[in-house]
Amino acid sequence: MTSAVIAPILVPLLGAALQALAGRRAYHVHRVITILATLGLCAAGAALIAGTRTGTVHVVHSGGWPFPIGISLVGDALSALMVSVCGLVGLAGALYLTGEKRTDLEARGLHPLLLILLGGVNGAFLTGDAFNLYVWFEVMLIASFVLLGLCGGKAAVEASVKYFVINLASSFLFLIALGLLYGKAGTLSFADLHLKLSTEAAATGTQSAAVLMLVAFGIKAGAFPLFMWLPASYPALPAPLGAVFAGLLTKVGVYSIMRVYSLVFAVHLPWLQPLLWWTAILTMVVGVFGAASQMEIRRVLSFHIVSQIGYMLAGIALGTRAALAATVFYIVHHIIVKANLFFLGGVIENRCGSMELKRCGGLYASAPWFGFLFLIPALSLGGIPPLSGFFAKFALLREALRLEDGGLTLVALGVGALTLYSMTKIWKEAFWKAAPDTLPAAGPWPRLPLAACILLAAVTVGISLHPQPLIEMAELAAQTLVTPQIYVDAVTKGGPGS
Amino acid sequence: METILSLLTGLLVALGVYLLLRRSLVQVLLGIMFLSHAANLVIFVSGGLRRDVAPMIDAQGGLPVGSYADPLPQALILTAIVIGFGLLAFALALVMRAQAKLGTDDVDQLQGEGSDEA
Repeated sequence: MTSAVIAPILVPLLGAALQALAGRRAYHVHRVITILATLGLCAAGAALIAGTRTGTVHVVHSGGWPFPIGISLVGDALSALMVSVCGLVGLAGALYLTGEKRTDLEARGLHPLLLILLGGVNGAFLTGDAFNLYVWFEVMLIASFVLLGLCGGKAAVEASVKYFVINLASSFLFLIALGLLYGKAGTLSFADLHLKLSTEAAATGTQSAAVLMLVAFGIKAGAFPLFMWLPASYPALPAPLGAVFAGLLTKVGVYSIMRVYSLVFAVHLPWLQPLLWWTAILTMVVGVFGAASQMEIRRVLSFHIVSQIGYMLAGIALGTRAALAATVFYIVHHIIVKANLFFLGGVIENRCGSMELKRCGGLYASAPWFGFLFLIPALSLGGIPPLSGFFAKFALLREALRLEDGGLTLVALGVGALTLYSMTKIWKEAFWKAAPDTLPAAGPWPRLPLAACILLAAVTVGISLHPQPLIEMAELAAQTLVTPQIYVDAVTKGGPGS
Repeated sequence: METILSLLTGLLVALGVYLLLRRSLVQVLLGIMFLSHAANLVIFVSGGLRRDVAPMIDAQGGLPVGSYADPLPQALILTAIVIGFGLLAFALALVMRAQAKLGTDDVDQLQGEGSDEA
């Protein structure tokens, strides 16, 4: 299993190195390597899922250093799920980019940067060390800064500045928190921190670190009120990159909140639950109202990311095993659906020459099957049964009702309805409305980008028709989160590769 | 020494936040720089400051007896400095590009909503 834990980090980074060696204009080599590397990611993810679905936690101690000296990579059910979805979205993105042939971006290193981004994301999902998490955050951020910057154009430069400054500030907050934590515990390994800070007395004085980290991860996740950078920067990206960013980057923040607050700050923090609860509610509401007021596809979708982050935080705020399982299910469902919607937005742009809804139209009349393809992720995002979003929302709301949290239930339902409103808006404007006169004559359908959409839609349909395996995985992941002892035992006792 | 460094860290954070809230992009950049130094100092101080003791291995190559300096924070800081330096270089390039493309370094002028094609 050692290789399956290391491969998700190593394969994309190796691929990026090979691409750099191949030279800047070897477009075909770049494309093939990206597709192969993302296929490798999917395979590694599948192997990890197969290896963790029995409840085993796989640990690799890097350099053979025994616990707690070295940095350990830990693959549990949660990491396995996240790595797999990352591979899937990466593969879809690679297909889309291969079909789109943006040689202007590819000559500037689009493919290596994308792979480095994926490597950083996977590193964050697998690491068992707080400082290492910071390093992977930086790997991911640097790649994303450059990707955003190389898109050129006024809008992209402006977006870069906003994205760069706020994310860098969040990194330094995280770093300061790490310093405080190290000063208190003398260790930065998650498992060791859990052991050292397990009693109330030992954990006094770590509250400042806890707050700083919550702010840092909140910025990365795009939680209220720290989300402003997200709708200001994502719409400047071309659709396939937007899909990868939208699918993965904010979820790394959510993942870190789950991991760190279950393991490191495991003692009772009285302020945490209400704070997360209110953050979740406000994130949901503000995001969905933002989306309702927008008329450009990518901007609508960007605000929806914010809104959906609220649902995930709500599950974390409830904090029970079932609620966390719902959050994990929600994350997996959301990454696939949201990335798919960005891809579809790109195809709509290809057909209509714009993502401004006012300038789109007539797509249903010209291609009913494309409308159907759009409806799968759109209705899933809104939570319409029997699509995957329904199971995600249902699990969350059932748990909220069981805990008699009526406020959360009402808000979540209302936000769900408004989500559907936004999706209907895109449907009505781009698909149903008669084509405006300004519509340019469209060329042939872009095949590979459509293949990317169909791939993700097929996965959504697969989850919808047969959700049981994913539900079981999500429950397993939640089990590790509520009983961190499983994780700690595996790290402290496990030798290399066990 | 810890007291002085702690105060210095506080000062650096204050400076960094103040500059981050300024309108000029160059000053925002300087603010980021100060914050990065502050973060490094926090890690440095948190490791405990010990003078005149070896980290881990003494002059004869044996394990030190009694108190020794913790080498880990310095390794962490080195990593953080390298990352911070790379980011700063990128930030400088970004600010120059913003200046060239947008013709201003005033944050208030960045009112674009990110969707207009240029």
